Amino acid sequence: MFNEREHERFISPIELQRREYRRMKTVRSVLISCASFLVFSFLIWWILSRSEGWELVRKMYFDPKHLVASAPQVFKGILVNLKILGAALVGTAVLSTLLAITRTTKSAALFPLRLVSLLYTSIFRGLPMIVVLYLIGFGIPGLNIFGRIDKNLIGGICITLVYSAYVAEVLRAGIEAIHPSQRAAARSLGLSHTQTLRIVILPQAIRKVVPALMNDFVAMQKDVGLVSVVGAVDAVRQAGIYTAKTFNYSSYVFAGLMFICMSLPFVLLTDWYAAKVRRREQMEGAV
Amino acid sequence: MNPGAPVLQLAGIRKSFGPNQVLRGIDLTVHEHEVVAVIGASGSGKSTLMRAINLLERVDDGQIFLSGQDISDPRVKEDLVRAQIGVVFQHYNLFPHMTVLNNVTLASRVVRKLSREEAEARGMELLTRIGIAEKAKKYPDQLSGGQQQRVAIVRAILSDPILLLLDEITSALDPQLVGEVLDLVMELKLAGKTILMATHEMEFARRAADRVIFLHEGRIAEDGPPAQVLGNPQQQVTRDFLSRLYNFS
Repeated sequence: MFNEREHERFISPIELQRREYRRMKTVRSVLISCASFLVFSFLIWWILSRSEGWELVRKMYFDPKHLVASAPQVFKGILVNLKILGAALVGTAVLSTLLAITRTTKSAALFPLRLVSLLYTSIFRGLPMIVVLYLIGFGIPGLNIFGRIDKNLIGGICITLVYSAYVAEVLRAGIEAIHPSQRAAARSLGLSHTQTLRIVILPQAIRKVVPALMNDFVAMQKDVGLVSVVGAVDAVRQAGIYTAKTFNYSSYVFAGLMFICMSLPFVLLTDWYAAKVRRREQMEGAV
Repeated sequence: MNPGAPVLQLAGIRKSFGPNQVLRGIDLTVHEHEVVAVIGASGSGKSTLMRAINLLERVDDGQIFLSGQDISDPRVKEDLVRAQIGVVFQHYNLFPHMTVLNNVTLASRVVRKLSREEAEARGMELLTRIGIAEKAKKYPDQLSGGQQQRVAIVRAILSDPILLLLDEITSALDPQLVGEVLDLVMELKLAGKTILMATHEMEFARRAADRVIFLHEGRIAEDGPPAQVLGNPQQQVTRDFLSRLYNFS
């Protein structure tokens, strides 16, 4: 066998040539991507700047003065979005887990529950969010049972109702992906049905669907912006208030930027995690 | 519980899957400290029998007695019965999201409500005995197949089951890993455990079993000491099965 260091020292001329060629190719592709980036940026700028209404659009949407002036107000709104998001996240976690578990039960006695959750997930995945917001956001207060309901709360409830249907389906897929032998092993140790689900099945199921769950969370973050239609004074509504006073839409652009900033760390985290899982799976295959 | 009763007694066990009759009336008694090997071709009903005894499969007819108690009675609490029976599966079925030690101690902590310290002390003791104490904090996929199967055996015996079911526990292992698992089973036999095992390892059945049962088309075709069933079978079907097996190997 080669001594490890010995092996390092002698590199054949063929290998040196190959390395040189690979380096050249890398440099070339970097240069090509830079050039194409510049060309495309120039093209976009050229088309925009030559269009007749560009000056007006720039003033209406990208006016730095208005971007800065609307910032404190919109930022206050984003905090409302974050609050609603946090509450909806907890609500969704609980409701979707219940739905997923009910949908994977098999006992005859639980048939009505299974039917209810099947109907629930089917209906709420089909309904547009905006329709849910109008129906629940104005319908429930209209019943006048609970007195006046906080608009933020109503918004959070709507988000929870819709997203629970999606997340429940993702969780169900995860639960069904766990091999039945895991359940058999847990039951044969004497664990009850509930213990098996809680200790053995769910932790594995959630791990399997983490990338999909994170993706749903990112989507949820942006859909929280819709709660303004039921009257919650969030970032979108604050931007609207600013626009109503100034006739300038830059506040909406600022709100959009805030939403992107809010989701960006999570988008990156999702990508990183998915890549990590992929790497690990490929490594397992190699062993 | 009846202390004088045999550990396991099967009376007329039947089980079908659709039109396919897998078990057609099995009568079998396993006494304390006895090691019984069940042999037979694939599809002869070995695994179904194991699953039926552990109540993972509901029988169509017949009774199963564990220490004299009829566990096929639907009023019996399945979880309590299963906690008394240790099962080791062909594919180990360790929980991949738990460390080796947590796998091994799970039943003690959750079912028997031992404290974590108590359960872990006992778990470490057994892991040390099988020589993989240093892997206690590792996850199952970091172990070899033989090590995983030995961990699965420890998991099954940690809560002192009165009966141990081994379902073809070496069938999924590389040949060079089979030995270490069988050695552990031999140790359990010497420790006086009551074991019912389905196996394809005829040599091991000959060495370890007190009795060998040949299962053929859902019935017990032959039942006797290993020397007789494997060395001098009385039935034509057993002779056919063994000669086919030895011609291949």
